[in-house]
This record gives sequence, C-alpha cells and structure tokens, in this order.
Amino acid sequence: MILEFTPDQQMIREEAERFLREKSSSEAIRRIADGGATHDAELWNSISRELGWCAMAIPEEFGGLGLGATEVAILMELAGARLACAPFWSTVCLAAPLIEAAGTEDAKITYLGAIAAGEMAVTVAYADLSVADPSATVAVQASACANGYRLDGTVAHVIDLAVADVVLVPARLDDGTVALFALARDAGQTIAPLNTIDATRPVATLGLAGVEVAAECRIDAGGVSADQFASVLRHANLGLAAEQIGAAQGVFDLTLAYISDRVQFGRTIASFQAIKHRCAKLVVDIAEARSLVFGAAAAMSGTDTAESALEIAGARVLASQLQFLAAEEAIQLHGGVGFTWEYDPHLYFKRAQASAALLGSAEAQMDDIAAAMFGDGGRP
Amino acid sequence: MSDLNAFRTEVRDWMNAHLTGKFADLKFRGGSGEGDVLPELRKEWEQELARGRWTCPGWPAEHGGRGLSVAEQIVFQEEYSRAGGPGRMGHIGEGLMGPTLIAFGTDEQKKRFLPGILSGTEFWAQGYSEPSAGSDFGNIKTRAKLDPETGDWLVSGQKVWTSLAHLSDWIFVVARCEEGSVGRNGLIFLLMPLEQAGVEIHPIKQISGGCEFNSVFFDGARAKAEHVVGQPGDGWKIAMALLGFERGISTLGQQMSFQQELDLIVEISKENGKDRSPAVRQRLARAWIGLRAMRYLAMRVLSDEPSAETRREALAYKYHWSNWHRELGRLAMDVLGMDANVVSDDPRRERLQQMFLFARADTIYGGTNEIQLNIIAEQGLGMPREPRGKL
Repeated sequence: MILEFTPDQQMIREEAERFLREKSSSEAIRRIADGGATHDAELWNSISRELGWCAMAIPEEFGGLGLGATEVAILMELAGARLACAPFWSTVCLAAPLIEAAGTEDAKITYLGAIAAGEMAVTVAYADLSVADPSATVAVQASACANGYRLDGTVAHVIDLAVADVVLVPARLDDGTVALFALARDAGQTIAPLNTIDATRPVATLGLAGVEVAAECRIDAGGVSADQFASVLRHANLGLAAEQIGAAQGVFDLTLAYISDRVQFGRTIASFQAIKHRCAKLVVDIAEARSLVFGAAAAMSGTDTAESALEIAGARVLASQLQFLAAEEAIQLHGGVGFTWEYDPHLYFKRAQASAALLGSAEAQMDDIAAAMFGDGGRP
Repeated sequence: MSDLNAFRTEVRDWMNAHLTGKFADLKFRGGSGEGDVLPELRKEWEQELARGRWTCPGWPAEHGGRGLSVAEQIVFQEEYSRAGGPGRMGHIGEGLMGPTLIAFGTDEQKKRFLPGILSGTEFWAQGYSEPSAGSDFGNIKTRAKLDPETGDWLVSGQKVWTSLAHLSDWIFVVARCEEGSVGRNGLIFLLMPLEQAGVEIHPIKQISGGCEFNSVFFDGARAKAEHVVGQPGDGWKIAMALLGFERGISTLGQQMSFQQELDLIVEISKENGKDRSPAVRQRLARAWIGLRAMRYLAMRVLSDEPSAETRREALAYKYHWSNWHRELGRLAMDVLGMDANVVSDDPRRERLQQMFLFARADTIYGGTNEIQLNIIAEQGLGMPREPRGKL
C-alpha cells in the first residue's frame, strides 16, 4: 500500500488552503479572538454554504458527497493551520457522526441534510469526552412527562455551544438507556459562555433545569450504545488530531518566516545550527504525526475498528505533543516578541493546551494503547 | 489489491517451503548487530533465493529482475521478514551496486557483474567512508593513479566502516583521481576485486563484540580500465546517485523486525512484572505509536511522485527510525532490569542486548543525526547552509 493523496484530494487541499489563507488571516482571527466574538460568521457561511465542506463526509442519500475520513482530515488540518474560528469540527467530526451512528432515519434526513446543505451548526454536549465509554458518564437525566421528556443536568464544557444552532444532548432515561435529544437554541436550556484562555474556540456550559421538550426532540433509534459512542469518538479524535498537526504546521511556518528575517550578529538567526536543528526536529515530529493521522484516516474504513481506534489514539498522542512543542518553540524562537500579545504564537500556544485536554489526555490515550498491547484491559 | 494478496500468499508459501532444513537455522538471524553471523550458510541462502528468482525482484525484467512495483516490493519485504528471512548478504549488490550499474554502467559491465549479483554468487562491499571522510564525504583522500601502460587505475589509501568486506568478493571505491582536486571534484568510481595483492582487510571489533565492519587498506591495488563506472571525475555524481537508489523499501522489512523486538519486550515485561509499571506501559505505548507512524511514513515517502511535503518527510525518515530504534534499545534494557547486564544464551535476551548495543550505530551510519538535521533544515526547509571551515 502506498499512501498518497488522489488528484481530487490534492485539489480539495489546494483550494482550501488558498481560501483559508485569504479568509482566515491573522487579522481575521484577531477580530474574533480580541473582539470577544464566538466565531467568524462570514467564514462559517462560506465554509458551510458556499464551499460545501460540511457535506464532504455525509452520505449521498442525505445530501452529502459521501467522501471519507481522509477528505475531512485534509480540511481539518488546514483549518487548524489558520486557527479557523468556525464550528466545523464540532459539526462535522462530532455531531454528524453521532447522528449517523445513532439517529433515526428521520433525524438523519433532517439534521444530516441541514448540515450537508451548510444550514446548521451542531455540537454535542458530552459530559466527559475523555473516557473510552462516554455512555458511562452521561450527566443529564431524562424522564418521560406529559408532552415528551423532562431534562435535568449540567454539562460543564461544551465546545461551540454558544455558536451551534442545535445541541445534541445524550441523556439517561430511568431504565438506564442513553437517549439522544436535539435541542434548538430556544428549547429552554441555558447557555453560559466561559471565559477561556484560548479565545479561538468557544466553550460554554449547558444548563438543563427541568427543561421540557417535545417527544420529537428525541432522535435516537432505540438508545445510543457504547459502540456507537466509540465510533463517534474515532471521528472526533481523528479530526482533532488533523487539526492539531495543522496548527503545528501553521505556527511552524510563522516561525520559519520570522527567523529567516530576523538578523543578529550580522546573519539571520535561521543560519544558526542551534536553531536549524530545532526546526529540523520539528519536521521529523510533523512527518511522524502527519503520517499516523493520514495513515489512520486511510485505514479507518477497514473492518478492524479496535485497531483503528488505537491508531487514532496514537495519532492524538503525537498530535497533542507536536502541537504544544511547535507552539512553545515558536515562542522561544521568536524571542521577546514571541511573548507579546501582538505576535501570533500565543494564539497557537493557548490553543495547543486547550486542544490537548479535549477528548482525554495523551496519557489516557497511551493507557488505552498499553491495555491493548498487554491484553489486560487496563491500568495496573 | 487482490493481486497483491495473491502475491503475498505466493511469497509466504515460498518462504515457508524454503526456509527449512539447514536454512531453518537462519530464521531471524543476521539482522541488526548480527551482520557477520553464519555467513557461509547465508550465502547459500542467497543462492536458494536466486533459484526462486527472489533476488533483485525490483530490478527491471530486462536485467534479470521481476520488475516488481513498489507496492509488491513492500509486500515481499514484509513477508520475507515475517517468515524470519535472514539478513541479506546480497543487500549491497542488489540494492546499491546493481541499480548503479543499470543506470550508469557500460553494457560490458552489466554483463560482467549483474549475473553474479542475481545468482547470489558474488558479494559486494561499499568503499565510501574514510578515517577523515565520514560525515564530510567530500574529504576523500584515497588516490587512484592512472597506469599509462595498461589504462588501469592504481589505488592507495584507506576505507573504513566497510560492512562485510571480509566476506565479500568485490568492492566499489570512490577515490581521488585528479591530483590537487578537493571536495566533490576529481573523484572516480571504481570496481575492484578484494582478492588481490595490495588489498588488506582488518576487521573492526565493535561495541557489541561482533565484527561487521572493516578497515580496508589499499596499497597500489588495481582497478581495471574497464571497471571505471562513468568517466573519471564523475565519482561524486555516481556516488550520490547510488545512495539515492536505496529508497527505503528494505526498511519495511526492517520494521517487521522492529515489531518483533517490541513484541519480545512486551512478552518479557509480562513475565517479570514490569507490565505493572505505569511508566513502562506508557513508554511501550509510545514505542507502538512511533512504529505505526514509521510504517505510514514509509508508505507516504515511497510514493512515485512525491510532493514537496513528502520529499521533506522523506528526509526525516532516517532520523525518525534510527532514534526510535535506539530508544527501543534502552526500553528493552530497562524492562530486563538487572538481567540486561548478564550475558546468557537465552536467545530473546541476547537479541535485545545486541539490539541495544548495535542501535547506537543506527544514528551514526548513513549520515549521523547531526548531518540528518542539517540536511532536513537545508534541503527540506531551505535554511542557510553551514559555513565551511578552513582547516
């Protein structure tokens, strides 16, 4: 097997890169991050409605293009490189896979159709995305009431909640089944945006205090199983890993440009071997992480889901470590200005820390891999 | 894909049918740190491979190969290693000398030398490095002087780190043929028999106790006029092209061997309780991740039409696998604990100890870590070149 992009994939990549370079520039990111906005509405509109990025991996029967994990990873990587302030990951890598895995046929027609058409940003209110089986930690209770269901609970950190048109809420029924509810913004929930250090991706707390929703809001086909959650997490982790390696490449490119201009001792600082070697090591780490991300993406449609999950966990480990390293090297190699608000490395640095904690730490991912290597089911 | 699967089965069946009898002793031998183990039997094995037409399968059919695609060669390497196929005595001839002759050799040279490589009857050594020309390969001091009477070249000087020279028949030598030339100019690429007056081979005992490498001393040794590859003065160009022929397909086989080493470490840690150490588990998981990434990295860089990005990643490949492997050596010893220091005839322990020691060479030969990082920075990122000194 040779791993290379097809001409179509290459074209998607080049066009997306060109588009984002223009529309998600440093100035654009700063308008959002410094301006307190939740997202770049214009950018999101272009991505979702005009360019059809959200349709990429949605099956054709629901109005999508029916492409695969590789195409999504390509877009996520580029979005990461420009820190694109849009609810793309939550909609495409988190919500859409959940609807596809667990939704009723009607829900798929409605929601996947709207996502594919670029008309809807959707996120998921997982209580704890860091565990292999999120069904075990569902924090919202659902009980049947006259008109449908009453929802009670709080989900502390919901990505893109403040932006999303719809939030998907897994909630536990009295009989233990995990049901899935789709809530429009006016369903009675509270959305409390959190003041986050990383200003490029909004996080908010979802409050459900006895919110009564109609029976039609329940969209799962007979409960969400642990296997279904696991499949969603594979998509979410792979997309996030792709975004992380993109962010690493993005901040590395900034750094290369800076050190190639900066002159000290009568030469560019890029000519010093101490600096060249650090940059070269980053190339090695990028090559390693990117290979695993795109290798795992290519292998994802195969039948061995356990193996695929381990590869994706591994991709997250590499991508989290890489993203942080690239950002901290950027600050260091920029010198004093790397410590300022004015220069961009801090945006990537903060994003790196925030992303590393999403969906579980590298240590937890490695615990899972070790458990599989030893076949002993987990921590000693 | 189904063709590839059929091919995979063909290789697997052949290996299972032939790596038996006396050759069974060769299973998993002759790898990293064991280059000089069981040489005679391994030469016979090369001839067995040749009878199955499994030597040089990537060469074009017109030159006696099978003309396998990159994907098929990868499958061959994987199945060869999975079956426990021994380290290849013919590697230098098959992977380096043959492709160089196919690209640059005269018809007579091809006719004279390719059959011996294909049949596993003539073995080659590589005369590149010298005591003062390691990383700085342009600093070659070995001289080739034209013998005006015969047109032959008389070679004097010293090559070093010559793998398996003591078990080889021929050596290719890069030497300086123009008096007063420096750097990459004035070099010549010569083919020389090792069995001749004026050639002395001294084995070098290495950190692991074995002797895979040699110093080769030349004192007026003769290379025939018709055994110059290219023109006198083309030596650098041909030497560099030769290195380019090694695209890393054979490293796919090496990765199977890495996987076996990792499996061994997991197995031993289960036996001695190290599997209960969270730190050891994390390190083993990280090793697994690195190996899986290495596999995909190789598959990306082996593409026939690499993009700028994959060309850059290809430069990173050697640094990645060699440092990964060196680290695996440490991990193996940490898992063995006190036993790591004790020599025994337990083959598992012996293999890991050899690997631990030999892996120190991985980050030195074929371009040290430091040279690799320079290459990545300069060729991959376009950063300024290192200034040259005046000494």
